[in-house]
Amino acid sequence: MKNKIIHKAKGLSDRAVAWIFITPTLLLLLAINIYPLIYAISMSFTNFYANKLGKEIKWVGLKNYAKILGKEAIWERMQITASFMFWTLLLQAIIGLSLALLLNKKFKGNELLTTLIVLPMMLSPAVVGVFWTYLYNPQVGLFNYIVNFFYDFGSFDMIGSSTLAPWAIVIVDTWMWTPFTMLICLAGLRSIPNYLYEAAEVDRANRLQQFIYITLPSVLPFLLLALLFRGIENFKMFDMVVELTSGGPGSATELASIQLKREAFEKWKTGYSSAYAVILFVTIFGFGNVYVKVMNKIKDR
Amino acid sequence: MVDTSRSPTESSGFSRKLAALIIIIYAVVTLIPITWIILTGFKSVTSSITYPPEVFFEPSLEGYVNLFTTRTRQSQEYLEALPPPETWYEELVRSREMVIAGPSKFFGRYANSLIIGFGATFLSVFLGALAAYAFSRFKIPLKDDLMFFILSTRMFPPIAVAVPIFIMYRKIGLGDTHLGMIILYTVVNLSLAVWLLKGFMDEIPREYEEAAMIDGYTRMGAFFKIVLPQATTGIAATAIFCMIFSWNEYAFAVLLTQFNAQTAPPFIPTIIGEGGQDWSAIGAGTTLFLIPVMIFTVVLRKHLLRGITFGAVRK
Repeated sequence: MKNKIIHKAKGLSDRAVAWIFITPTLLLLLAINIYPLIYAISMSFTNFYANKLGKEIKWVGLKNYAKILGKEAIWERMQITASFMFWTLLLQAIIGLSLALLLNKKFKGNELLTTLIVLPMMLSPAVVGVFWTYLYNPQVGLFNYIVNFFYDFGSFDMIGSSTLAPWAIVIVDTWMWTPFTMLICLAGLRSIPNYLYEAAEVDRANRLQQFIYITLPSVLPFLLLALLFRGIENFKMFDMVVELTSGGPGSATELASIQLKREAFEKWKTGYSSAYAVILFVTIFGFGNVYVKVMNKIKDR
Repeated sequence: MVDTSRSPTESSGFSRKLAALIIIIYAVVTLIPITWIILTGFKSVTSSITYPPEVFFEPSLEGYVNLFTTRTRQSQEYLEALPPPETWYEELVRSREMVIAGPSKFFGRYANSLIIGFGATFLSVFLGALAAYAFSRFKIPLKDDLMFFILSTRMFPPIAVAVPIFIMYRKIGLGDTHLGMIILYTVVNLSLAVWLLKGFMDEIPREYEEAAMIDGYTRMGAFFKIVLPQATTGIAATAIFCMIFSWNEYAFAVLLTQFNAQTAPPFIPTIIGEGGQDWSAIGAGTTLFLIPVMIFTVVLRKHLLRGITFGAVRK
């Protein structure tokens, strides 16, 4: 009772303040995020071209969807995307977890080294893509020089060869984002209470057993969380790969989102590309949902 | 003597040293690309394209000069007829048989990055703090759903919404403007800002503002005078994350801007010299572009984890 009187007496009510504080955020999200999304979904049922604004927009039903799903191209791009995701996530999981395990042994200079290792992750992916084209340059690139220093392969072109280019983007992505997995695994490791190990020691469990029965199960949910974030990001991957290989050579590294950009901003097939975007969006949401369910089951165990 | 004081989780001296060694090797290897691009910025154009790559070289500011200027090639006679160069950079350019034609676009693009970055950061932190406070303190119908809705807006692929935003912006006159990009980046950042700041606000005891309100502050007054100053650390960390995102963003910048409001990330790849990319100028541009982010990372290191996971993982 007393509280209410205070609020009535001075200024706006709590409820009014709450709505004044939240409304701008919600309005902005609705205008710049939800409205465009609904717009894109509705455009996906038309033959709209954004560069021909005068032209009559025709309703075509599900034709765009049928066209996209019927084409070989999308399945090829999906395969390229899937193999890019598989290798980057696998490498980042293994290297990231190993680094976290090593960093968890508290040695001198630990914090400084963590900060240094994290640096690549904070850079602009597009700029990273550009300077790796220099490192990969077959004539003057440092990467080629270092590889040839250890084993003489002769001249090779990471970006120009359709067998090497998919690995070129996997290497850069792994270089850039392994610290992310590492940081999250490290948080997981630091959250394991000491008494678990002490109890294991009492039970005469050796180091390996402690690792398998305590460390791994505790860090696994964190690792899976890191891979979820990376998976979503790499499914949308655009900037780094565009600047590094621009999808080439041919379409060897043309991820789904790069093809989407071509359809939308080079061919201006707005209706068609909106349908494509919706398909990608549904795919990532579907997989994401299943993954989160599996992840929660593992966590609960 | 046998050391019995060692706790079971602590590793032996040897394994700790081995771990440190491996980590140091990894850190060195992973920093090679960044170091290399910074070094390249201080090479002359010729030295940037030698093979084998030069680790020791004569430092030159040619990359930085090329980054900030546009140049035209001139004949020997023309150069000899000119009055002697007034500045060191003119001299440098003339030694390459060229004259400076004017400033390049780099400065403008960098300035755009700053304007849009700071504008979007300020707006998203301000609006985010308001929303986060409301979510933290008040009963709001469907609170959890609203919070998830705010988070989910970050999952949309940018290209999916780029075309509608492009058309919408052109209609209302925001296309290729600073304001348009500030609003767009604010929206993208808002989800992170709300989630992070709510976590920080939850940690500030309610008693503070309740005491202030008994002392005669209104709810608004208590928020601005008591809660915000308490949340300074959280606000700073959130601001730096928003800044890093806006600073690095590429997809929207390349799709939605062309002349007026384009930021540095789409510009750096287009720095071209004679006969291909001018690597020393790209190195120089990249270095100038990376410096703020590197400083931020060092400042930020304690908050890294919360920021990159939307607060999902707490250290």
